[in-house]
Amino acid sequence: MAIDGLLLTLTAIVGWLVVGALGLSRPRDLRFISHILFPAGAVIALLLAAGAVAAIASPPQTRILALGLPDLPFHVRLDALSAFFVLLLGAASAAISIFSAGYFRTSEGTPPGAICFQYHAFLAAMALVLIADDAYLFMVAWETMALASFFLVTTEHRLPEIRRAGFLYLLIAHIGAIAILLCFGVLQGGQGDYTFGAMRAAHLSGGWPTAAFLLALFGFGAKAGLLPLHVWLPEAHPAAPSPVSALMSGVMLKTAIYGLLRVTFDLLGTQLWWWGVVALALGLVTALFGVIFACVQTDMKRLLAYSSIENIGIIVAGIGLAILFKAYDKNLIAAIAMTAVLYHALNHAFFKSLLFLATGCVLHATHERSLGKLGGLIHRMPWVAWLALVGTLSIAGLPPLNGFVSEWLLLQAFLFTPSLPQSFVNMLVPVAAAALVLAVALAAYVMVKFYGVVFLGRPREANLENAQDAGTLERAGLIYLAAGCVLLGLFPVTVIGLIDPVNRLLVGAAALHPGLGSWLMLAPLNPDRSSYSPLVMLVVIAAVVLLTVYVVHRAYHGRVRRAPAWDCGFPAQTPQMQDTAEGFGQPIRQVFEAFFRMERELPTPFDREPRYRVTVEDPFWHWLYLPVARAADRLARLVGFIQQGRISVYLVYSFVTLLTLLAMVR
Amino acid sequence: MNVGGFISQLLQVLIALALAPLLVGWVNQCRAWLQNKSAPSLLLPYRTIHKLFIKDAVVADTASPIFRIAPYIVFGAMCCAAAIVPSLATDLPFASAADAIALVGLFALARVFVALAAMDTGTAFGSLGARREMFIGFLAEPALLMVLFTASLISGSTSLPTIVDTLAHREFAIYPSLAFAGVAFTMVSLAENARVPVDNPATHLELTMIHEAMILEYSARHLALIEWASAMKLFNYSCIGLALFFPFGIASGGDWLGVVGAAPTLVAKLAIGGFALALIETLSAKMRIFRAPEFLGTAFLLAVLGMLVNLLLGS
Repeated sequence: MAIDGLLLTLTAIVGWLVVGALGLSRPRDLRFISHILFPAGAVIALLLAAGAVAAIASPPQTRILALGLPDLPFHVRLDALSAFFVLLLGAASAAISIFSAGYFRTSEGTPPGAICFQYHAFLAAMALVLIADDAYLFMVAWETMALASFFLVTTEHRLPEIRRAGFLYLLIAHIGAIAILLCFGVLQGGQGDYTFGAMRAAHLSGGWPTAAFLLALFGFGAKAGLLPLHVWLPEAHPAAPSPVSALMSGVMLKTAIYGLLRVTFDLLGTQLWWWGVVALALGLVTALFGVIFACVQTDMKRLLAYSSIENIGIIVAGIGLAILFKAYDKNLIAAIAMTAVLYHALNHAFFKSLLFLATGCVLHATHERSLGKLGGLIHRMPWVAWLALVGTLSIAGLPPLNGFVSEWLLLQAFLFTPSLPQSFVNMLVPVAAAALVLAVALAAYVMVKFYGVVFLGRPREANLENAQDAGTLERAGLIYLAAGCVLLGLFPVTVIGLIDPVNRLLVGAAALHPGLGSWLMLAPLNPDRSSYSPLVMLVVIAAVVLLTVYVVHRAYHGRVRRAPAWDCGFPAQTPQMQDTAEGFGQPIRQVFEAFFRMERELPTPFDREPRYRVTVEDPFWHWLYLPVARAADRLARLVGFIQQGRISVYLVYSFVTLLTLLAMVR
Repeated sequence: MNVGGFISQLLQVLIALALAPLLVGWVNQCRAWLQNKSAPSLLLPYRTIHKLFIKDAVVADTASPIFRIAPYIVFGAMCCAAAIVPSLATDLPFASAADAIALVGLFALARVFVALAAMDTGTAFGSLGARREMFIGFLAEPALLMVLFTASLISGSTSLPTIVDTLAHREFAIYPSLAFAGVAFTMVSLAENARVPVDNPATHLELTMIHEAMILEYSARHLALIEWASAMKLFNYSCIGLALFFPFGIASGGDWLGVVGAAPTLVAKLAIGGFALALIETLSAKMRIFRAPEFLGTAFLLAVLGMLVNLLLGS
């Protein structure tokens, strides 16, 4: 029996909404919510993921729902692209739901039942975004998603800085939404039909396709965290509870990627080469910016938020490359770039969720987000630490884990570029490839800092000695995600086989070809050119390691003595002598000093209590946001002049307006 | 998948394991001669490793299992790298599992584990070394990748044996791009192998050390493995350089006799390369750590320039 993927998705959406509503019915019953509702949500997510796997390879399904406005029903459609992102949503949110079951506790903020409702409404809205087939339903779902996540971000709404972060997020989400709305307006081409089918059929002339693409890049870029609309990410992620951060960073950012792909490759029939250059440049600048700022962060969730900006930058750079190749009809190579994009989106959903959830465990155990007050947690929280190590190595792009696969594919795509007819683009590519590898290498720096400062070394504060490891449900979620990272890393050919229908839909070619490579060996285009087999690599490394252990212990001995750390014989060692997060990031801060706005407070030799303080600010606040805010303020004050607060004056306004209208209409 | 390929594969790794400490000993000896000191024995690195294996390992109280597994992983990664780099033969079955990009990934894996292990004991020097090592790495790694890309563009492949085969069998021509890449590669190799002018392998002076600061807490078999792995790293880098820029004398058949036949050529090339390294180390002075970005940035730009030249001239 063939599974109707679309029906399954709709059922899952209804299921999530029911689960959420049940949570509202008993808002303070924590046992009911955590033992029944969140696991039920996880089961729905798993079923959805399984259905989506089958749906990727099947032909598109469409349905018209008896919902919406009169004469304007909701259209839904599940094709390969939607199904892939539904898979991502289901696979990642299953783990996050299981984790949430053990995570949420009663607190000062939103009651657990309301969180449960917002959480599941958020999931349902994201699924609806992915299957929407008309602009009307898309925008409704998009706004529901933004609102649900806004309420989730402001769970601890009694704290003013969290309310502030929430409003910033809502503001930028709406600026993006306006651009998306305008983009759909351009796409429908003046016919007044807002279904995606009509937009595909519409032939836009002149500059309109470009306008639509740029609006989409701006609008979806605001949601994804592209420069310069990235500022909400480092504010909203630390404010939100960790499972919500994981869901937003791991999954919600991908809905923006989905939207960009949908508009660029599906709704717009043809692509221009320079769109690719714009996306490539914007993506790489975002990636470098994100990773450089991640290096100097001292708050662990803020560090991960900047790392998300970096990863989104890499994904958008890949999209740019795919556009470039597609525009020159080099579909085979475009398919490799597109595979890298989709693969990286999936990878990021796994490793970033894993790391955000791990910070949640650390936060629960220590009530501390600042890197300067953590350390040595691998001894107290071994489960979290070892699972987070998998995520750390994955995100640092190290073989044989998953982050490396997508980077490998993207670099392969860069190496294929010289066959393009445009010499300007050919010159650009080495520079772009250099920027990409620089970002990737810096990501390793960031992750060593993150992991080393939080989990390794000695505890920097006394209270860390009492930190508790994660509970069973939380562990289950982390194990699932870590296993996902490993499997995605070890079996790239299987995963790409899953992605290929999307490639065929978007760029008209597949990345895998029968006869080239095998399930073990990834060899796009030609095995002589390049091939990669993570499983063989892992087996060889593991074999060498085991053999070395055996031989060393056999030929010599395995005796170990424990002693205090030597540290060059330095006698008085305290945990404060380890590098802090500021210290670890200091070389990067010095090299890239021009990028930062820094405030330093240095101690003088005569200080009674010497203090060293350094704060690094995002320069975009000063370049862009504060001037815009000031201009808006000034404009408001000018307009405020007509607001006198006396009813007679307002009556005069109405009178004048009426007269003017009469004069115009007559 | 042929038996001969596997034998030459295994042989190449074993020869690398055996020769790597000798290369270190040779470089130390050359440097001592050049600096008018009495030279240590050529076999000293072997004796050091043997001595370290005999001793009891001392592990810091504060260390976690990461500290203890890191030397094995680093050693494993370097053995893997030795299997990929076509130092003696180009018919390497394992090389199809990992190409040039994966090779850089392997080096990064080793670097990250050493840095994590250094932070694990929670000492001041450990984290200082880890920070500096990652700092050097973030510029050196892209530069190395760009050098390999230049070679990949010439041969149209990222597989190292194919690259070397192509470079070895071209008609004699000078590639300007390879000249840029060669200079960049030399600079990166100096930085990555903790050599003067970026680091000094012979120092334990706190202000200057990078690599040594990270492995301060290691002793006995762990230290032996780390030292051996560093020697392997130097050996691998030398072999990459020799294979890319002096690709003659490498066996291209699947015959293990060819591998054995190629060994004397390799030893001769390494002897000259080791002497050149000692010469560079003698002639240059160690630079301040914050001059290192300039040094490596130059290497990075040279490598990018190499790629651009390659595209511009089509060679």
